[in-house]
Amino acid sequence: MVTTEGIKRSFLISLWFMFLTFPIMVIRVNTIENVIEWRWKNMMIVGIGSFFLSFVWRWLIGRKEAGRKKSESGDSIEVPPGQRIMEDRRFYVPGLIMLSIFVAVFPFVFSAYQVNIMTTALIYVMLGLGLNIVVGLAGLLDLGYVAFYAVGAYSYGLLNYHCGLGFWAVLPIGAGLAAIAGILLGFPVLRLRGDYLAIVTLGFGEIIRLILENYNEFSFGPSGIANIPRPGFFGLEMSLSTATVYLYFILIALTLFTVFVVNRLQNSRIGRAWIALREDEIACQAMGIDKTKTKLTAFALGATWAGMGGVLFAAKTTFINPASFTFLESAMILSIVVLGGMGSIMGVIVGALVLILLPEYLRGLGEYRMLMFGITLVLMMVFRPQGLIARVRRTYKFEETVRQDR
Amino acid sequence: METILEVKNLCMDFGGLRALDRLDLDIIKGEIVALIGPNGAGKTTFFNCITGIYNPTDGDIHIFRTGKKPERINGLKPNQVTEKGMARTFQNIRLFPGMTVLENVMIGRHCRTASGIAGAVFRGKRNVAEEKQVVEYSYTILKKIGLERYVNDLAGNLPYGAQRRLEIARAMATEPFLLLLDEPAAGMNPHETKELDRLIETIRDREGISILLIEHDMKLVMRLSDRIFVMDYGRRIARGTPDEIKNNPAVIKAYLGEETDA
Ligand SMILES: Nc1ncnc2c1ncn2[C@@H]1O[C@H](COP(=O)(O)OP(=O)(O)OP(=O)(O)O)[C@@H](O)[C@H]1O
Ligand SMILES: [Mg+2]
Repeated sequence: MVTTEGIKRSFLISLWFMFLTFPIMVIRVNTIENVIEWRWKNMMIVGIGSFFLSFVWRWLIGRKEAGRKKSESGDSIEVPPGQRIMEDRRFYVPGLIMLSIFVAVFPFVFSAYQVNIMTTALIYVMLGLGLNIVVGLAGLLDLGYVAFYAVGAYSYGLLNYHCGLGFWAVLPIGAGLAAIAGILLGFPVLRLRGDYLAIVTLGFGEIIRLILENYNEFSFGPSGIANIPRPGFFGLEMSLSTATVYLYFILIALTLFTVFVVNRLQNSRIGRAWIALREDEIACQAMGIDKTKTKLTAFALGATWAGMGGVLFAAKTTFINPASFTFLESAMILSIVVLGGMGSIMGVIVGALVLILLPEYLRGLGEYRMLMFGITLVLMMVFRPQGLIARVRRTYKFEETVRQDR
Repeated sequence: METILEVKNLCMDFGGLRALDRLDLDIIKGEIVALIGPNGAGKTTFFNCITGIYNPTDGDIHIFRTGKKPERINGLKPNQVTEKGMARTFQNIRLFPGMTVLENVMIGRHCRTASGIAGAVFRGKRNVAEEKQVVEYSYTILKKIGLERYVNDLAGNLPYGAQRRLEIARAMATEPFLLLLDEPAAGMNPHETKELDRLIETIRDREGISILLIEHDMKLVMRLSDRIFVMDYGRRIARGTPDEIKNNPAVIKAYLGEETDA
């Protein structure tokens, strides 16, 4: 495996890396003594490290290529072990029971901090599942998803401030307003797809944020809205810790509801139309599917969940301002969908948990936290572009074909 | 003799290029009609115009359905044309590769079913029944086309010939009165072509679906067609039965070039 050719390439790569990292790894300006320190040792580490890592990298790529060739030549499609476990009743029934117990006792075993993080992660699960409808199923790359999240959050903030409406009243209203916003965005972008759609939705997201930031009379500008009440329970007074646990269970319930709905949708007439739209827009229309209607329902339904997520977010943090709804947030939710597995419910859930929880638990790494995060994403996209858990299409059984069914 | 499709004076311009030039064509119920012509003659463009993918520059397209008033379908959207009963296949296969074979056909049922979001979420009696009916209908079509052993495979993984036939199956699921096939035999081996030949005839005879077919395989065209329309440079240069076309000097000239003396 170690050929002269390989050594030469690795050598060049290590040279390149030494050159690239030279300014940050080697030079340091000592401002106190006004001298420049040359840290040649760092350069050596980078050189040697990248030399060996490049071997590992090539080996992994080679393995991946070999795997793909194998699956192309043989017609048996390999089912990854993770998926096999999920399909096997013997595994998933006990697994599900254990998971439910864990979910139920979680807030009583772990600290309020942990419960809070988990609640945040669950909000992202909902957002991810909503965006999954738009991006994963219907194939419409929406980079302004956070706009609908903001619509939901501000619906709660403003309706509560002006009309004194409570959480449970605003939850459906926020979802509905977000859905309307989704349709409003949907109309102008009906003709666009791919990159163009991405850019316009990106702009839309920024527009909403800028409005919230600058329209002081309406949204209180950058200072935002404070003192948003937490969800109530028939007017019961709750201590902060009870309220945290209560919100956690609300989110568990809503997440289950989301999974239920999305799961039913994706194997329905509408869900199939979305997927067909993603696969081939022209063929989809030629087969009698109304593109306009299909796109708009995808936008509206996706936005509905963002709206609900927004209301929950406002209720959780009790304070909102435009800074929570930047493009970074959209990018995060999109990463959840892509990393988890486009069009796969399980994938999106796992993706959200990984992407939200990982940075929290990596706090120990300090400044390297985000670097690790980035590296993880890049590695994932190289070695598992279909996401953590790839989607599987539903199979149907017919008496005559039982033999052939896997 | 019941006309089902009548195209009159159809023109299509792309900028300065006239891809269709005052084209006339008609199809009678139960016919297999072939549309032939050299590469770039405008055959696919003609399909795109009558199926709503392009909006023709000029001309009239009328359909006549039994028990319904004649309708002009210029400028309708592709999905509306399909709803009215004209379904097509594509020259360069356009399946939904990430969906299973059965789901591909089920998409064809979309315009004949009605379940909405609420139906999908609550799965009421009507929705469940409709869904079941869609699955069964689609499976029946797969059996007719001879693709049932691939039911749950991803469409993108099928062999080439099977993909072409799946496109036909998908179009049939929309319950068309007219099936438009754009080079269905392209890329098929002689054995597959023979099977296709039989399949097309069966579709016409058993299902009563009329067929308009673009094809370069002359053996297939001559054997199958009741009538043939020949185009060149966007114009219709001949029409008639296979025997008439075989001996038509204009056709021979178009196919073999100027130097051949007819
Ligand atoms: N969208 C378009 N824009 C511009 N020109 C087009 C377009 N579509 C087709 N054409 C032109 O119209 C002419 C007819 O093309 P068309 O694809 O209809 O030919 P065809 O008869 O189907 O040929 P083939 O047998 O190769 O499939 C060609 O000159 C082509 O370049
Ligand atoms: Mg063509």
